[in-house]
Amino acid sequence: MAEYKLTTPLTDDDIVKLKAGDVVFLSGIIYSARDAAHKKLFELLDAGKELPFDLAGSAIYYVGPSPAPPGRPIGAAGPTTSYRMDTYAPRLHALGMKASIGKGKRSDEVKAAMKEHTGVYFGATGGAGALLSNSITKSTVIAFDELGPEAVREMHVEDFPLLVINDSHGGELYAVPDREAAGIK
Amino acid sequence: MRTIQTSQIVDAVAAMCIKGNTELPADVRARLEQAMAEETAPSAKEVLRQLLENADLAMNTKLPLCQDCGLAVFFVEVGDDVRIEGGNLRDAINDGVRKGYGEGFLRKSACDPLTRANTGDGTPAIIHFDFVPGDKLKLVYMAKGGGSENMSRVTMLAPAQGWEGIKQFVINRVAEAGPNPCPPTVIGIGIGGTFDHAAKIAKKSLMRRLDDTHPDPDIAAKEKELEEAINRLGIGPMGLGGKTTTLSVKMTVEPCHLASLPLAVNVQCHSQRHEEVIL
Ligand code: SF4
Repeated sequence: MAEYKLTTPLTDDDIVKLKAGDVVFLSGIIYSARDAAHKKLFELLDAGKELPFDLAGSAIYYVGPSPAPPGRPIGAAGPTTSYRMDTYAPRLHALGMKASIGKGKRSDEVKAAMKEHTGVYFGATGGAGALLSNSITKSTVIAFDELGPEAVREMHVEDFPLLVINDSHGGELYAVPDREAAGIK
Repeated sequence: MRTIQTSQIVDAVAAMCIKGNTELPADVRARLEQAMAEETAPSAKEVLRQLLENADLAMNTKLPLCQDCGLAVFFVEVGDDVRIEGGNLRDAINDGVRKGYGEGFLRKSACDPLTRANTGDGTPAIIHFDFVPGDKLKLVYMAKGGGSENMSRVTMLAPAQGWEGIKQFVINRVAEAGPNPCPPTVIGIGIGGTFDHAAKIAKKSLMRRLDDTHPDPDIAAKEKELEEAINRLGIGPMGLGGKTTTLSVKMTVEPCHLASLPLAVNVQCHSQRHEEVIL
């Protein structure tokens, strides 16, 4: 398992070399968006309007941070469960998104889109929100302020610690549950 | 009659919300440390190391352990000889949540289920009241995250399915949830009652300390049996594989209808944030 340092915007060359299980320290700008923000982004796309950020080479982080206390750029900021964004991710990959960051399983449609459009799915440690916030140096709401924790934020990250869960070659890191050992049908 | 002022309840609830979200309880920490000692896979060890470092950091910075500060869930025991003065008990608990989630910079995660509009202040709390002998007021709080709650299920088994059917359903639920609920999880199980009551006692099971033992030896043995079977699934911390898929299984069993076998599985994440106060 290899270790890489990558910087956004991400290129196909960055993504192709990644294999499930690799460790990536990501720097640059990433965008936060979860359920409600994705819905709004799609309303913009359907209306033929411009998105609040450039999808080309982008990494979207499924996160709804807690409020920033005085003296910190952001509150706790760990990943939310990704499957809820599965209906949105394939189209975003087709439009240039290179990476999504979250926790938990993805659908077959998302995995196929990553193969087709050279994308990657990174896992961050769920429930380590305080620790992960240490890698975020700046955070600004750039759209949908009314959504509160679900607003779209531009986040500057330095060496954000990630694991490649699904790579662009069909590889997956998650353990397959051993049903037989656990005695279930 | 003993009188308790609502202002005292508001402050106690606010303090519990803040402490609960920033200090990992000692029983949970001890169990994570034990898991770290038992795991051999580097990825499993690394996840547990991060979770322990996260707990230290949250404690020192007062940042929440997890950005999902949950819905505020309370089990409240009101003594028969307690009189609440200054307002209504439910309002006082909600005022405390509003205060704690505001002053503690905790994320407000309550929203309208249809419009999805955030209520803005973390309320309403989910509150279960019980009435007990005595002159005390006991408040148990849990910050219940959405990711693990989404993996929970209630089912109505046929009585003929019995313990074997219960085991199949619970272990299958954990297998299907896989990495989604932030394993290693705590599994709260409610068996009996009605459809709604099974879910409530499953949630109540999660309020127990991880290191306690069920007073009924038969149920204690069944909790162990399930815990061991679940850990043989090998899902491991964050789903990356390993020996620790669940930290503990807690079960509550209560009488049900002759025709029914209600079963609820309430999945809780490793961020098992619970606090209690007695006034
Ligand atoms: S499941 Fe628990 S630890 Fe994971 S993100 Fe939700 S609240 Fe946090």
